[in-house]
Amino acid sequence: MLRLPPFALHQPTTVAEAIAHLAAHAPDVRVISGGTDLLPNMKLAQTRIQHLVSVKFLEELHGVTRTATHLRIGAATSLQDLADDEDVRETLPALAFAASRIGSPQIRKMGTLGGNISLDTRCRYINQTELWREALGGCLKSHGTECHVVPGGQGCVASLSADTVPPLIAYGAIAEMVSDKGIRRAPVQDLFQQDGTWHVRIAREELLLAVEIPLPEPTTRVVYRKWAVRQSIDFPLVSVAVRLDGADGVLTGGSIVVSALGPRPRVLSLNAMAGRKIDEELAQALGQLVYDRARPLPNIPYDAEYRRERMVIEVRRAVRVLAGLPERPLAQQA
Amino acid sequence: MTLSSKPENSSQGRPYTVVGARHGKPDALDAMAGLAKYTDDIALPRMLYARILRSPHAHARIVSIDTSAAEAMEGVHAVVVGEEMPARYGVIPWTPDEQALAVDKVRYVGDAVAAVAAISEDIAIAACKRIVVQYEVLEALTTPEAALANPHNKIHEANKHGNVTKQVQLAFGDVDAQLAAADLVIEGHYAYHGSTHAALEPHCSVAHVDGRGLLTVWSATQVPHYLHRELAKVLEVPTHKIRVIQPQVGGAFGGKSEPFDLEFVAAKLAMKTGRPVKCLYTREEVFLAHRGRHPFDMHYTTGFTKDGKILAVDAKSLLDGGAYSSFGLVTTYYSGQLLGSPYTFASYRFDSTRVYTNKPACGPKRGHGSVQPRFAIEVQLDKAARALKLDPIELRRRNFIGENTTTINEFHIGSNGFLECLALVEKASDWKARYGKLGRGRGLGVAGSTYISGTNYCIYPTDLPQSGVQICLDRSGRVRVFAGTSDIGQGSSTMLAVVAAEELGVHLDDVRVIAADSDLCPVDLGSYSSRVTLMAGNACLSAARDLASKVRQAVAKKWGCQKRDVILADRRAQRLDDPDVFIDITDAFILAEVEFGTLGSTGSYQTPRDDVHGEYRGGTIGASPAYSFTAHIAEVSVDEETGDVRVENIWCAHDCGRALSPVLVEGQIEGSVYMGFGETVMEHHHVMASGLRTDGARRDTGPGKDGLLAHSSLLDYRMPTTLDTPNLYAGIVEKPDPRGPFGAKEAGEGPLHSVVPAICNAIFDAIGVRIDSLPVAPEKILAGLRAQRSGGQSC
Repeated sequence: MLRLPPFALHQPTTVAEAIAHLAAHAPDVRVISGGTDLLPNMKLAQTRIQHLVSVKFLEELHGVTRTATHLRIGAATSLQDLADDEDVRETLPALAFAASRIGSPQIRKMGTLGGNISLDTRCRYINQTELWREALGGCLKSHGTECHVVPGGQGCVASLSADTVPPLIAYGAIAEMVSDKGIRRAPVQDLFQQDGTWHVRIAREELLLAVEIPLPEPTTRVVYRKWAVRQSIDFPLVSVAVRLDGADGVLTGGSIVVSALGPRPRVLSLNAMAGRKIDEELAQALGQLVYDRARPLPNIPYDAEYRRERMVIEVRRAVRVLAGLPERPLAQQA
Repeated sequence: MTLSSKPENSSQGRPYTVVGARHGKPDALDAMAGLAKYTDDIALPRMLYARILRSPHAHARIVSIDTSAAEAMEGVHAVVVGEEMPARYGVIPWTPDEQALAVDKVRYVGDAVAAVAAISEDIAIAACKRIVVQYEVLEALTTPEAALANPHNKIHEANKHGNVTKQVQLAFGDVDAQLAAADLVIEGHYAYHGSTHAALEPHCSVAHVDGRGLLTVWSATQVPHYLHRELAKVLEVPTHKIRVIQPQVGGAFGGKSEPFDLEFVAAKLAMKTGRPVKCLYTREEVFLAHRGRHPFDMHYTTGFTKDGKILAVDAKSLLDGGAYSSFGLVTTYYSGQLLGSPYTFASYRFDSTRVYTNKPACGPKRGHGSVQPRFAIEVQLDKAARALKLDPIELRRRNFIGENTTTINEFHIGSNGFLECLALVEKASDWKARYGKLGRGRGLGVAGSTYISGTNYCIYPTDLPQSGVQICLDRSGRVRVFAGTSDIGQGSSTMLAVVAAEELGVHLDDVRVIAADSDLCPVDLGSYSSRVTLMAGNACLSAARDLASKVRQAVAKKWGCQKRDVILADRRAQRLDDPDVFIDITDAFILAEVEFGTLGSTGSYQTPRDDVHGEYRGGTIGASPAYSFTAHIAEVSVDEETGDVRVENIWCAHDCGRALSPVLVEGQIEGSVYMGFGETVMEHHHVMASGLRTDGARRDTGPGKDGLLAHSSLLDYRMPTTLDTPNLYAGIVEKPDPRGPFGAKEAGEGPLHSVVPAICNAIFDAIGVRIDSLPVAPEKILAGLRAQRSGGQSC
């Protein structure tokens, strides 16, 4: 069988203890929560790490709290709890939906929000066994010097595949990290960089505590759409969140967040389109916008050209849902 | 859901008591509760763990192997390389092109090169990394076209014809004349992709040499007997010094039907170290071992009369074999030989060529060699029905071959419930009211098929029986059945228990089946080609009848009546004409033991030798004592914006002769339909290969390296989840065949075949787009719709 390499597991009961472990072992350390991404990556020797710091016993990292203005979700809240939480379902339905579409029931039970945000990038040339990567001759993220996705490419373009990230960005979520240097807050949108080998701007010494999401105005609505070959288990092959602000069917602002591209999601502001009606025409226009501005790469499985086409369709469908139109074009409603 | 079941009964002049009852598998609870012992559950004292070093090159010559650093590691007990086991073997004795570990060259990424036994798996893994292999890399041939175009770059130097492993050309009747006379000729090109078995349990083997020098090999195999023979050959140990045991197996589907490197490796390392050795595959190794569905490239020309009668079938197929022969000789024959029913062909010709490529070897997957041509012919029939404006079910009825007849390639067909299968799915799907009337985006499709109930001949030439069963009774009232059969989850042990219980008048729970242990059981050839129910079932029936006769005779003597007046049923021996006169079955066994001494019997089964097949070269391959028949109707909905195809319902009716265990038959139907559905819509054993065809074959490889699997985990080898799977309706049709036990024929593979074309025919009914290149994929649907809009396709 695939063997899990040996490592030291630290199980602190306080945040102070946890950040002390992180500081002591950085950079050869990772935070482990459900382990549903980290442990398979360690088995594949894709991640080689000696120290793991568990957040299982850190109470302040668990659960959802609602204030008058915000929802605060602890980083160690399980994806299933997130999907089932009544406050999340009521105020941030696209986030609850995204969480409900991750992995399988078993993975959602183990996996957590913090783990999903920190999910390692994925690529058909890296999420493989050692034999496979040796046969390939390695890549920028493995032990080689060549990118097989973008021939001649200098930077790793492995794909961000976290389902929760597009809706978190669309809702304007803020991440809260702590380290021995204190607390740091940053918009989730700014957490990602264009480097597939280490795409999350959370330092090895830092512990992600929670995300805080402002309670949306009634005029703000977000839809998350994911396409994968199967209805369960799969990582997204297309991943879009569409946020439309507006009342009475007229757009006042919003954004489209496209993921499953490279290491960083593409965020397209719709503020310049304020004043347009939320209708089929807007669906077509926003479809064209993402077609022009975002391009899936042949990094994750499936035909990249089809994924590009599908991304456009999913954006159109998101807009139709928000416009109160049937998901499929009217011509198909026979 | 079950469509119908209506057995008619008679045995010992009484109704059946066990046959046809809705029982489960007596051993199912252990598997469900996690108590069943699989090969990997075996842990022997002082056991070592083996790992196999595999080639990172698709095609290379081995210049040198230096194992010294690995051998020097603490915890390493032995290293083995190919030169220590150079004998060539192959499950088909005519094509021995494999070696336990590569000797001179490697032929695919993953070919086994060396192996280590160590005190832990971790040490074995680390030691493999210290083995230094020098390779001289050769040009890899990863498509059949490339393999044919480069006959001098031989993947196997000893092969006679470049990289062609087998070509079969057979013709029956005057195809050219019939095509010239046809009112309608349909020509189609079809691409069938590779898929693999993906059994839950990875291959695993444990070996041990005891103090007497007896080598015992436990293995997750479906052919313990063939494994036994090949172990003897490769290890140069006589068969009587080897014991092969097959523990509980977690699925096989054809993927464990020949010897694999790990069995030889575990055995050789056990012999070298004097300690037990276990070797367990990773999931990646299972994908590399493969032996799955061959990719086929097929060109079919079919001629019809204006009434829809098939005048001619002309088929040309190119089979992508991968690096070794496996069962490929048979696959190549099957690709043409199994197409001769359930329809009458006035003339038939096929030309099939299998080539070596530098990829994991293809072999037998459920429906071996006949699922691909079945796809082509059933889509051809659908195209003809459209062109002739005939209901596709009616077109199939018009070509029905009948029963007790002979196919154009001279196979004898016994019972044939194909028309009943068609009628059942037609009614269940409400076809007449719904076909062609569901509106755009939703459609129904039909297809039919046939399959063998075992191959008439053993894969090695012999006059020995194909199956042997021994039964013992004693004063406990318990029945013990000893059989070499291989229960891989399909329930062959339950089948034997049903047959024995029916004849001996006991309950299913009273029968202990001891199977697949070469020291304890008579030989059976194994679980392949859907042979076990018919062959081992007949052997068991023969042994059970022999014993039942003795028991009835002893009871009759006691009662002063004739033997025929005594029946055994429901744990009793009773008077046929007076149910109030009976004794407990245990007392009946005691009477028999007193009368005859210790009670035992054997039964064996040999296939019929007369009137089964033609006398031409190759005429024996595809011959079977009896044939099953199947019909499928699929219902799909298609999203024309995304290209998504949702299979909503699949109705399957299968003629298994007699359902000895209807619940198990339904399980086989549902499992087969699921498997066929999965490979139609998503599963793809995809090896990266540049220069892919331009006929719609999926272009998702991207740059990379030829010969690498596009998936080496169950995440990337996508099989349908529960949420993806349509409603399945399993219907049993019973047309007892005189050659089957109680009339039984096969049920394990037939119900897979026609689901594939039924889905594609339903897609055409929904949107008028033909998917002739599998698997179905949204981008192909969209491409078809674009072609349609620009006036492309018509039928």
